[in-house]
Amino acid sequence: MLLAIKDLCVQIAEKTIIENIDFEIKNSEVMVLFGPNGSGKTTLLKAIMGFSGYSIKSGDIIFKGQSLSSLSLEERVRQGIGIMYQHPPKIRGVKLYQIAQFLARDKSRIETLAEKLSLKEHLGRDINLDFSGGEMKRSELFQILLQEPDLLLLDEPESGVDLENISIMGGVLNDYLSQKNKSALIITHTGYILDYIKAKKGCVMFEGRLWCVGSPKEMFESIKKQGYEKCKECHEPQRIE
Amino acid sequence: MSPKGLNENFDIKDAETISSSGMDLSEKTRSASFLQQDARVRFFRSLSEGIDIFSVEEALQRFPEAKGYYGQAFNLLKREYPQDTVGGYFIRVQKGKTVELPIQACLFLKTQGFQQKVHNLIIVEEGARVYLITGCSASQAAHEGFHLGISEFFVQKGAYLNFTMIHSWKEDVTVKPMSIALVDKGATFISNYICLRPVKEITMYPTAVLQEDNARVSFNSLILSHPGSLQDIGSRVILRAKDTQAEIIARSVSLGGKVINRGHLKAENKNIKAHLECRGLILSERGTIHAIPEMESDFRDVDMSHEAAIGKINKEEIEYLCSRGFSKEEAQSIIVRGFMDVGVLALPDLLKEEIESLEEKTLKESF
Repeated sequence: MLLAIKDLCVQIAEKTIIENIDFEIKNSEVMVLFGPNGSGKTTLLKAIMGFSGYSIKSGDIIFKGQSLSSLSLEERVRQGIGIMYQHPPKIRGVKLYQIAQFLARDKSRIETLAEKLSLKEHLGRDINLDFSGGEMKRSELFQILLQEPDLLLLDEPESGVDLENISIMGGVLNDYLSQKNKSALIITHTGYILDYIKAKKGCVMFEGRLWCVGSPKEMFESIKKQGYEKCKECHEPQRIE
Repeated sequence: MSPKGLNENFDIKDAETISSSGMDLSEKTRSASFLQQDARVRFFRSLSEGIDIFSVEEALQRFPEAKGYYGQAFNLLKREYPQDTVGGYFIRVQKGKTVELPIQACLFLKTQGFQQKVHNLIIVEEGARVYLITGCSASQAAHEGFHLGISEFFVQKGAYLNFTMIHSWKEDVTVKPMSIALVDKGATFISNYICLRPVKEITMYPTAVLQEDNARVSFNSLILSHPGSLQDIGSRVILRAKDTQAEIIARSVSLGGKVINRGHLKAENKNIKAHLECRGLILSERGTIHAIPEMESDFRDVDMSHEAAIGKINKEEIEYLCSRGFSKEEAQSIIVRGFMDVGVLALPDLLKEEIESLEEKTLKESF
């Protein structure tokens, strides 16, 4: 088992956002997380990553057999977790290539991936400053792939990206996830990313709990037709094995 | 003047201090040099045609027209200036000359308690282009020193002057530069100021007058303020002619010192464009940054703006870098270095690299 979430409750500023959720992600498994805005999806990813302000009130997050609760953000990165931001901050004077060089010593790998993601001109620019929405997403994917984590936490990787670039990003991401022992937890609203990656498990997050579980493509079709309220009607909150 | 390598004039420690303010004592990357120690002009020489470089006294004797420049900028603005100066440099780039390698000048404070007062004249004639780097520094022994530097710049029609001043003082030295630049038709004046080492007190408010159409000016500054330092630093631009442009960019980081960051844009004609950006990072509980941006206009047809932001390092930025695997300390250091990005200075690659490595060295020593 790569990741096990056990009876997890997460609070932000003493307000409970996530309540008693359980799920697991195996090695080489991709799990897709659906859910309306404000349901707690990003909070879940940030709590796994260990950002400040996301306090774990009860339960535990186990990664590679070890509890993450006492590990700092950068220690979790060293354990093999990587996150792709939905809205990354702009940092003046800090260039994308500085981070790329820190993440990967191999210069040719940096250049090849930058070329694939049409980011060569962005390498010398201040990170995220004057980047379009799509450029930010490509830059986020670029960084997380250079980092080579075993578990990718992807927060809406395709939102704001044009269709041509979704196809490029989807292809690059699928190549990465096709390697041995690479897993991902992906939040998506548009579902476009499902056309490019092999995800077998999907679930819906609603009001801080996990509800449905099933094939991500089937679930997405049903959400498109009936919305999220329907998910709530047809099931009790689930324990996902 | 010395025909030998310039570093033979100094002991190792002084040579290091002088180099820390941007002087290349080998002169390999420079086209002219000037150095004054306390009241004594140690050397000046030009390695390129079309550059006149002298002590100001010698230039006043040699060139009758130099007298016309002396005090002209201060008189124009009806400002008084000290008359008891000794030395200072006269640098003139002749009409149409493009100087490839930078010209360098250094004002060095050597003796304990010395009061150095100089008057500089910088003239860039019509259509000429030049980079000028000046360093002001104090030796280890120059306790309780004082430096007053008066500078008058004349950037004539269509000329380009990129002036970079690096201050490298000590914690007990007081400094008071006074400078005025007159910028003519279609000319560009870029003034970069870098102060990264401790100082007791600096007060300066350089002014540029865009006195003819289409003149442009940029004032850029990077300041690192150490505990015990007071830096009251500003830039003022008087946009006197139409179609003129000005930009002021100030970045300061307080490690515990006090920075007063002033900026004043004054539009006196129509169709002008001016922007002021002042950003400050406070890294210590004891640090203070006070930003005072000012703008005034007598005309409706102007485009003037400013933005000022002061605070500690954004936690989200630190966590972003930590989520890539940097430690908190590394993330903070990268963000501060990025904040002090030499890229804002509009320098040629050679000077940019030199100043980047000077900055890197100072930042490493500082935290």
